[in-house]
Amino acid sequence: MAEIRNYTINFGPQHPAAHGVLRLVLELDGEVVERADPHIGLLHRGTEKLAETRTWVQSVPYMDRLDYVSMMCNEHAYCMAIERLLGLEVPLRAQYIRVMFDEITRILNHLMGIGSHGLDIGAMTIILYTFREREDLMDVYEAVSGARMHAAYYRPGGVYRDLPERMPQYEVNRFKNEKTVRELNAARGGSLLDFLEDFTERFPGYCDEYETLLSDNRIWKQRTVGIGVVSPEEALERGFSGPMLRGSGIAWDLRKKQPYEVYDRVDFDVPVGKNGDCYDRYLCRMEEMRQSNRIIKQCIEWLRANPGPVITDNHKVAPPPREQMKANMEELIHHFKLFTEGIHVPAGEVYAAIEHPKGEFGVYAVSDGANKPYRLKLRAPGFAHLAAMDELSRGHMIADVVAIIGTMDIVFGEIDR
Amino acid sequence: MSAKLERLAQTLREILGDTLQSLVNDRGEVTIEVAAADYLRVAQTLRDHADLRFEQLIDVSGLDYAAYGNGAHEGRPKRFAAAAHLLSIKHNWRLRLRAFADDDAFPVLDSLVGVWPSANWYERETFDLYGIMFSGHPDLRRILTDYGFVGHPFRKDFPVSGHVEMRYDPEAGRVVYQPVTIEPRENTPRIVREENYGDVGHG
Repeated sequence: MAEIRNYTINFGPQHPAAHGVLRLVLELDGEVVERADPHIGLLHRGTEKLAETRTWVQSVPYMDRLDYVSMMCNEHAYCMAIERLLGLEVPLRAQYIRVMFDEITRILNHLMGIGSHGLDIGAMTIILYTFREREDLMDVYEAVSGARMHAAYYRPGGVYRDLPERMPQYEVNRFKNEKTVRELNAARGGSLLDFLEDFTERFPGYCDEYETLLSDNRIWKQRTVGIGVVSPEEALERGFSGPMLRGSGIAWDLRKKQPYEVYDRVDFDVPVGKNGDCYDRYLCRMEEMRQSNRIIKQCIEWLRANPGPVITDNHKVAPPPREQMKANMEELIHHFKLFTEGIHVPAGEVYAAIEHPKGEFGVYAVSDGANKPYRLKLRAPGFAHLAAMDELSRGHMIADVVAIIGTMDIVFGEIDR
Repeated sequence: MSAKLERLAQTLREILGDTLQSLVNDRGEVTIEVAAADYLRVAQTLRDHADLRFEQLIDVSGLDYAAYGNGAHEGRPKRFAAAAHLLSIKHNWRLRLRAFADDDAFPVLDSLVGVWPSANWYERETFDLYGIMFSGHPDLRRILTDYGFVGHPFRKDFPVSGHVEMRYDPEAGRVVYQPVTIEPRENTPRIVREENYGDVGHG
């Protein structure tokens, strides 16, 4: 009789379902996982250390590259930390713009998360659908910041600039004929808000499409129902947040419980799961997208009615407008000091947390009064989630590991930092 | 919000009493400092006491105060600290708990893994980046740096460029490590200005 042995296998770092560079050492008994040991750090760039050698504003683009599928939310937490250290008020319009873009980002993130989760466990179609909508939202990013992903749009004190009056247009080229271009540009005739409004009208229909693809899909349910079950107590002691916590039935959402910016002025609901398995978390994310859509609509309405400044007029923090800089000596000095030396932040420490699409993203900033952070600690939600990988996957089949990675919505930019 | 924080501060003073080395309520956040010897016990109290109930350990962050205030370092005889961020879902408040390690040459703190399992990776990270040892940690391995990495990169005396660089040596036919060849540079100097320099209120 053949000898029966336990296996130890390497899952990743080049496995397509490893969501980047996760190296997972799995100890198997047959097909059952006995121990999972994630090895992380393959994407460690030392963002926190780098931030210590750069001025406060220079680190904003680094934040985009943390969780690279929800860029603006990272910037948001970072800017909020600086603003709290400075005790700075952000103009109301900027707050609305931030909330709107946070929710756009949430949709972007969940589209990516659900799409790739589906792809990982055998539902190929969904990612093609979700990437179609991501494209529209990326165009919104591009219109407002010039970059499709790494926007660097939020600044301490507000946002870089006001929403543009026109959307970028497609042009006829070798690959797109006039008819296609006309169709693609159909919704792009007006301002960014017009385009976004049109999107929010369409989006609930798209959500229905995703639901028809997945929610009642027999295979999808077989792969996710009862997999990776997290009890509410376990979710708390493991430091879970976001959909991972809400999927286990704990109604905790920083947007409701510790409202920042204007979340206390917009109307939305927080979906909560019951069983704490992968399927419930998927349902939470689906509903969160619909709620985000609702918030975006309210923001559009407010932003149309209330023009105003989008960045603080305190020129010790935000640069003065160019005309003023050229006409006024004091503003010239401000401009020069800001771009050579940067903001000076009073000594102190602060922890600013936001409800990131993946959970609680926090920035712990310590300042000693210099023009650079003394210490910047980024609290990534995925880090705590992945730390529980061993607990979650123990006793599951090896194929379920993929489902669990998918449901955690792992992105290595934020875990490795 | 501030009334609530006042209540939290009051509760902490009552429950922890003399173990509190300092309690600061600044910018809407409460920070307490305890001695390294009390760190674990305080953490246990913070989690279990009905009036505190910090169910979640959100984050543990290492800190190196060696260069604080451009080397001023006043009033801080010790160098390394760990700051734990706690969150109570029941009471909806947050707290920062900080403990300085006693020995600068070999900083040791108690591990919080027994209190909050989520401390596991955070302490591994703090160990990896700052070299703070956590006694009682079940598996204190490096986590973010490379296998076989030497040193603790987030310490203030560790250069941003590191000490070694890696390249492929065609003669040896393998990857070799060698001392870094790039010059350290600083584009924007670090400046600590006088009090109120960048203060928004004095704009």
